[in-house]
Amino acid sequence: MNKQNKPYKGTFLILTILLTVVLLLSMKYGAVNISIGEVFSSMHNYFQSSDDLSLNERIFLQIRLPRAILCVFVGATLAVGGVLMQALFRNPIVEPGLVGTSSGAAFGAALYFVLGSLFKFNAGEWTLPLAACAGGILSTSLVFLLSRSKQTGRSSIIALLLTGIAINALFMSGVGFLSYIARDPQARSITFWNLGTLSGANWHSVIIIGTVTILCIIIALRYAKQLNALMIGEEEAQYLGINIKQLKLIILLINVTMVAIATAFVGVIGFIGLIVPHVLRMMNGSDNRGLIINGALLGAILLSVSDLTARLLLSPAELPIGIVTSVIGVPVFIILLRRKNYFF
Amino acid sequence: MLKAQNITYSVGNKVLLDNVSVDFEAGKLHLIIGPNGAGKSTLIKVLCNQLQLKSGSVYYGNHNSMHLSISEQARMRAVLSQNIELAFPLTVKEIVMMGRYPHFTGQPTSKDEIACEDAMRFFDVIDMANRNYMTLSGGEKQRVHFARVVAQIWYPVTDQFRYLILDEPLTFLDVHYQFDFMHKLIELLKHKDIIIVGVVHDLNLAAKFADNIVLLHQGKLLASGNRDFVLSAKNIKTAYQLEPVIHYHEENMYLFF
Repeated sequence: MNKQNKPYKGTFLILTILLTVVLLLSMKYGAVNISIGEVFSSMHNYFQSSDDLSLNERIFLQIRLPRAILCVFVGATLAVGGVLMQALFRNPIVEPGLVGTSSGAAFGAALYFVLGSLFKFNAGEWTLPLAACAGGILSTSLVFLLSRSKQTGRSSIIALLLTGIAINALFMSGVGFLSYIARDPQARSITFWNLGTLSGANWHSVIIIGTVTILCIIIALRYAKQLNALMIGEEEAQYLGINIKQLKLIILLINVTMVAIATAFVGVIGFIGLIVPHVLRMMNGSDNRGLIINGALLGAILLSVSDLTARLLLSPAELPIGIVTSVIGVPVFIILLRRKNYFF
Repeated sequence: MLKAQNITYSVGNKVLLDNVSVDFEAGKLHLIIGPNGAGKSTLIKVLCNQLQLKSGSVYYGNHNSMHLSISEQARMRAVLSQNIELAFPLTVKEIVMMGRYPHFTGQPTSKDEIACEDAMRFFDVIDMANRNYMTLSGGEKQRVHFARVVAQIWYPVTDQFRYLILDEPLTFLDVHYQFDFMHKLIELLKHKDIIIVGVVHDLNLAAKFADNIVLLHQGKLLASGNRDFVLSAKNIKTAYQLEPVIHYHEENMYLFF
């Protein structure tokens, strides 16, 4: 009986094992292959705080390991963001990118890179994530306010998606403009964002994104039950004792924070947030608690595999990861659209 | 007791409810009737605190509904609205368990599990417990929601009445299940702390089962009370512009049009 109640627990176990395997693979393979022996010796030397690290050990500790861990956090963030947005909008084809969050965040980050020196504001290493967050909040609220119907005060899903397209275009052209006026090195990092990359991973970004991801997932889990109630409708959820306005605000804030900060460091990566919840829903049903927990794992796995592909396909050169996730994601998205009759 | 006092509600310059006052006593089945656009659903929404009132108030027992939090309301009052559309596939049991959401945090207790199972048994959906809601027929879906709202008020609430508010619950049901549902409501009312208020369209059903009938017409309370008083030929002519033939047979009242 208990097992039947929680079908996602078996999946959780499988995903954990899979993630461990993928994590090991992504530490090992890349432009330079690193043996498992070197992995252990570098860990050992690190904790001995020994200075004489070999080149491979250095690559592992300073490049490969933070990148692998960053992949896990960013993948988790994107997938959980997708779960939250789909639950909130009561629609299975929504993802954070579609309502403007990612493009707004990219714009905020680009603004910081190109014009940051003009502003007095400085919050140290949190300046970039804060700029991205501000951009993400701005674009998401714009989408919300503009898509709201004058009569009912609610956003229909079709209005939301169309407004999202317009606002995305606006902010991406803003990013384009900034890269046009930027001097060369900045410009290159901006172009990279449009397609996403994890090549800039370091311990600093791991710590920031890791903290935000873990905190946001813990908060999101507390609201899983309320999000479940939302599945039968907003009015019905209120009759079940849920403060809808408060719930919407909190979920949106969590989502924007997570996605914007991830976007600030790795750029716009699409489709993870769309596919992951959908696949899990087909496997274990729609309970949001299971979707959040397993979504984080599956998102981490998918992004790690994508990153591995991006690194190995043209090795030693590297593909932007957004290209890989789009190549996987677009067909899945189209299949989903054609297979089911979603009512808008 | 559930009380609506001097309720006036308007949208723009259209008055949907015009100074309506009704009392709903405990242990009785109250059915609201009236032609389309009479304000039935609006009155239900007012009772459930869904609308901002310009004047008038709603009392749950001694409490003005304005002073009750959303979760306090949910612990003593279940509401079945019209046209529930599910966004994602869920099992029947998951939906019925939602009725228990106001009563637990985190994971459901065994008390919640029992309430769910009893409510599913009561409405004859226990065999579908693990089925996907999306694959059910219209009538079956409706019974799942009956089980959900009744599970929500399955146990008595300390110092409070329990309220069940139903907006056109009989849609999608065939005659057998319509009667079956009304009999079940009467069975629930054996608990003297339960108040049931529902909107129905079928006047004969109201005549047969209601303890108290509330007839609305153009946003006003036309009549309320027992069937013989409310369902008079005159009242029905006023509200529906139709002359009924009223026929009594073995204590039952029948209306023909």
